[in-house]
Order: sequence, then structure tokens, then C-alpha cells
Amino acid sequence: MTSAVELSGITKRFGDVVAVDNVDLSIADGEFFAMLGPSGCGKTTTLRLIAGLEFPTEGSLSIFGQEVGTLTPDKRPVNTVFQNYALFPHLTVLENVGFGLKMQGIDKETTRRRSMEMIELVQLDGLAERKPSQMSGGQQQRVALARALVNQPKVLLLDEPLGALDLKLRQEMQLELKKLQRDVGISFVFVTHDQEEALTMSDRIAVMDDGKLLQVATPEEIYERPANRFVADFIGQTNLLEGTVSDSETVILENGVSVRAKNGFSAGTHVAVSLRPERAHIQSQGEFEEGWSHVNGFVETVTYLGNALIYGIKLDWMDLEVREENHPGVELYKPGAEITVSWDPDAISVVSD
Amino acid sequence: MSTSVEPRGWAKAALHVNGWFVYMFFYAPIVLLVIYSFSNSRNVGTWGGFTLDWYRDFFDSSNARGALSNSVKIAIFSTIISVVLGTMAALSLERFTFRGKKVFDALLYLPIIIPDVTMAVMMLLFFGEFFDVLDALFGLGLRKGFWSISISHIAFNISFVSVVVRARLAGMDTDLEEAAIDLYASRWKAFRYVTFPQIVPGIAGGALLAMTLSLDDVVITQFVAGPGWTTLPVYVFGLIRKGVTPLINAVSVTMLVVSMLLVVLSIVAQRVRRSG
Repeated sequence: MTSAVELSGITKRFGDVVAVDNVDLSIADGEFFAMLGPSGCGKTTTLRLIAGLEFPTEGSLSIFGQEVGTLTPDKRPVNTVFQNYALFPHLTVLENVGFGLKMQGIDKETTRRRSMEMIELVQLDGLAERKPSQMSGGQQQRVALARALVNQPKVLLLDEPLGALDLKLRQEMQLELKKLQRDVGISFVFVTHDQEEALTMSDRIAVMDDGKLLQVATPEEIYERPANRFVADFIGQTNLLEGTVSDSETVILENGVSVRAKNGFSAGTHVAVSLRPERAHIQSQGEFEEGWSHVNGFVETVTYLGNALIYGIKLDWMDLEVREENHPGVELYKPGAEITVSWDPDAISVVSD
Repeated sequence: MSTSVEPRGWAKAALHVNGWFVYMFFYAPIVLLVIYSFSNSRNVGTWGGFTLDWYRDFFDSSNARGALSNSVKIAIFSTIISVVLGTMAALSLERFTFRGKKVFDALLYLPIIIPDVTMAVMMLLFFGEFFDVLDALFGLGLRKGFWSISISHIAFNISFVSVVVRARLAGMDTDLEEAAIDLYASRWKAFRYVTFPQIVPGIAGGALLAMTLSLDDVVITQFVAGPGWTTLPVYVFGLIRKGVTPLINAVSVTMLVVSMLLVVLSIVAQRVRRSG
């Protein structure tokens, strides 16, 4: 099956700056695909390359098997939802939504009918004659979606679509976007710097940093088996325990303690053991589950979250963060308490640079 | 609504007095001018009862009417040309990068800052040479008049128009143009349907400003106007030499009203964006 979007060896340079560095990427039809990374990592440039707003310096880019590398946006079956929506302020909602059809020379009657249908689909019935400035952020977002989708693109590109909304509205729109994507059945490619948003919404995530593609995988794989130190650190919270590989089953931590850690690195490689706060467990000093790895330390800080407690743990050579769910019967530790941190050897991952 | 940084006591009183003083300074001469334009006395400065005779004289005088019609023709023609060129200059500076952009940018402001007299002398020299060259090459025999005045007005108005239009363009996201192109608009259609409607208030504001400047200019016009070509402000200037009569007041009040109308329209046009 041909991919919806296929990038091979794509590089984009702006003068001396390499914004996108030799990226290979394949996005399947009907997929909700996230491009995640810190600002300036090249994710937005990659999106703009797919949209045709930038042209690649090197490499080939195809959409449903058709090479589009240097085609202008109007010759590509994709549409974009811009970061701040970029709605035309002088046009009404109806005129905004119908803009693409009008430019394609579709007759007025059809344009109006299809625009109204789309406005209904995004639940803006009755607001067709409003100007964008008379609408809330959430409503503007829907107009932007309708304006892109009315053209029946084969792929919809979204640049930080929820970035301008407040938290509550953002969570609502996350679910709604997901539903909309299932309804229209095309691939959505969206750019975000919010790892939580990427994890909740996407079928697959591409993590980028410094123009390079670091890992493309499902949210679960990215979280459980990060490809490298950057991904482990960027996605979710984690503790990185520095060490050296002893063999494929063992890593020697900085303080000389050996812990069981399955890994694919050769002996002597400098690595870090990624231990998620919620995967670690604390008990009174000397107590730990049979077969679990463990280190001793004491509680330095306690943060009460209501549903959970975050312990700041001081070890001899580094600090750790441990999250314990708060339910009746769970033992609470006070700052200064001497404890043992333990974890299931299968609950960690080993990463290198 | 009073805040701690607002002036109080004697400082507040002094500020009030200052305010009135400034207004008096600005507007007392204008008020006097308007009052005496209705005075039925040949001497400026003595009140001889109310009359509209001076206004009638002004509109009856064929010289005055001729000067007025010249002024209007030049204002309209030079405004159209300078709006087109000024808008194009603004677009190129805001939306494109090219070699020598900074130099072009700096040079574009020059007509705003050089003194009128300097500009006038430059223009006089230029037309002296330029029309001679055209005459020698093509035998055109151009004389100073409509064309030389219009070209001079265009020369300084391009700067003012481009400054106003640019301010408007700078406030407009390039996102909008990209969105238009993403929605199947060609470059031209993106300009026609998105950029242009956005900058229309700026263009209108620039046009009205250009028209005002053209209608009011004396110095440059006087240098480059040929025989038989007089604009209204130059005509007024000429009248003074023959002695000051309330006719000048009437002409001045008419010009004042027209100029103020144009400036107010220009401000209104530029404000439209906020409500739109």
C-alpha cells in the first residue's frame, strides 16, 4: 500500500542553518500522526515542506505516490490549519470556509452548499455570517478546520492546532479532533511541542530534535522503549541513572552498584537507565520486593498532589523523583526518612546518547 | 479612575492653563481668519459687518477658478500615480528580500526629510535639463506646467504613501497570504482577495494624505510651475503681493476646510481596521 506521505532523505537548509536533516518518514493513510519536539527542532519546517510552503533542499517527497517536492501548495492534495488559524479577518465564516472552493473555480451554488455542510459538521450552525473577530478561540479553531476540510484534502496538516487555547478547551478539542479525524477518515499530521497532547491523540509519534528524526513509533513504544536519552527525557518524566554496560543483562551504575537491565549495547558503553517516577517504589530502608533492583537513600522533599505524592529522594550520588499513588493504607514518609527505592527490572529502559 | 501618577493640586491647575494656552496659540489665528473672511470691509482687521461678498468674488474670479481647477487636476493625477507606485514600494519592502533593499528603504524616506526649498531647486534644475534633453531628442517642446508640477508632487508623495501603506502591511500576518496560497489561490489572487482588502484602509489613508499635500504645496510648485500654470496656494501667495484683502481670507478658509476634511477622512480610513 502506498503511504499517504513519504519523505526520503529530505533536507532543508536556510543559508547555513540545517532546519531538517536527512529525514526519512512514512505516514500511512488514515493515521493520526504527531510530530513532536522542542521549538526549533524542525517539526514545523517539515510540515511546511509537506504543505508546499517550503521546498526541500535535497531529497524526495511524495503524497500518495506522486512526487510533489517542488509543486506549489495549490497542486497538492493537502490543506493546512495554521498555528493562529490565519482566518481572513475581512471575510465572514461562510466566505472563509468557501475560499478554497472559490479559488478552484467551483460554482457559487456548490461552494455555498458544501461550505454550509462543513460549518454544520464543525458545529458552527447559525454563525455563518459572523466575522472571525466576533468568535471565541475555540470557534475560530473550528472555522480553520472547516476551511481546510471543505476542500476534501487527502491529508490534513495542523500546526500547533491547540496551542492558542486554554487548558480545558484544549482537552475538549483533543477529543473532538480525534473524532473528526475518524469521521473524515484521512490522515491528520499535526505538529506539537506538548508531549502529553501527542501521547493522548496520536496513532504514531515522530520525535524530532535539532532537525533530526529520533524515533517514529506508537505512543506506547515511545514511552516504554525510548530510542535514546533525548526521547526518554522529553517524553514524560524520568530519572536518568548514569552507568556503564557490563553485559546484555547488567548495567553498573555510577556508584558501583550493578543492576539488572536488559540492553542491546556492547560492554563498556556509557548509558543511562531510564526509571519513570511511577515505576519506582519506596519502602523503609532494607525492604524491597523479591527480585527487584534497589538503592538506598532518604526523603528530601514531599509534594502532595491529592491523588499522588511526589517524593524527592536523595541518593549518595544523585537525586531521584518517585511517584506513589495516594490511597488508603499507603505508608507516608516524611522528609528525612531513610528509605529504599526499588523497581521491577522489566519496568526500566536503557538509553544512550 | 484617578491613579497615583496623575497630577494633583497646583500642578494639575498649571497643566490645565497650559492646555488652554496651547489651544489658543494654535487656533486663535484660524478663528480670526474665519471671522474676517466674512467682514464687509476692505481692510483686514476691521470688522465691517457680515457679508459673503469675498466668497462670491473668489468664485466669480476666473483666475481663482482656473487656479482651483489646476490644483484639483494635479492633486488627482499625482495622487493616483503616487498611490500605485508608493503601494508597490511598500509591498516590495515588506514582503520581499532583494539586493540593495536597505539602501532603497533609506532613500525612500529622503523626500520626507529634505527641506522643501532644496527639493524645489533640485526639481527646477532637473526639469530645466530634462525637458531640454527631451526636446533635443524627440522635439517634444515640453513646457513647465501640469507635467512638471505633477511629477514633483508624485516625487514627494510616493514616500508618504509608502510609509502609511507599510505601517498597515507590517500589522498584517504573512500567515494570511500563506493560507490563501494553501487554499489554491495564485499569487495574484492572494493579493487581490486577501492582501489588498487588508491594506485598503492604509492605501485610502495614504491617498488622502497625498491629495492634501499636493493641494497645499506652495514652495516646490512655485519653482516648477511655468507661465500660465498657477495652483490655488500659489495664486494666494501672488495675491498677497498686491495687498492683503479679505479675498485672501476667503480663499484660505476654503482651502483650510478642504484640507481638514481630507485629513479627517484619512484618519478615519486608517482606523477602519480596528472595527473590521
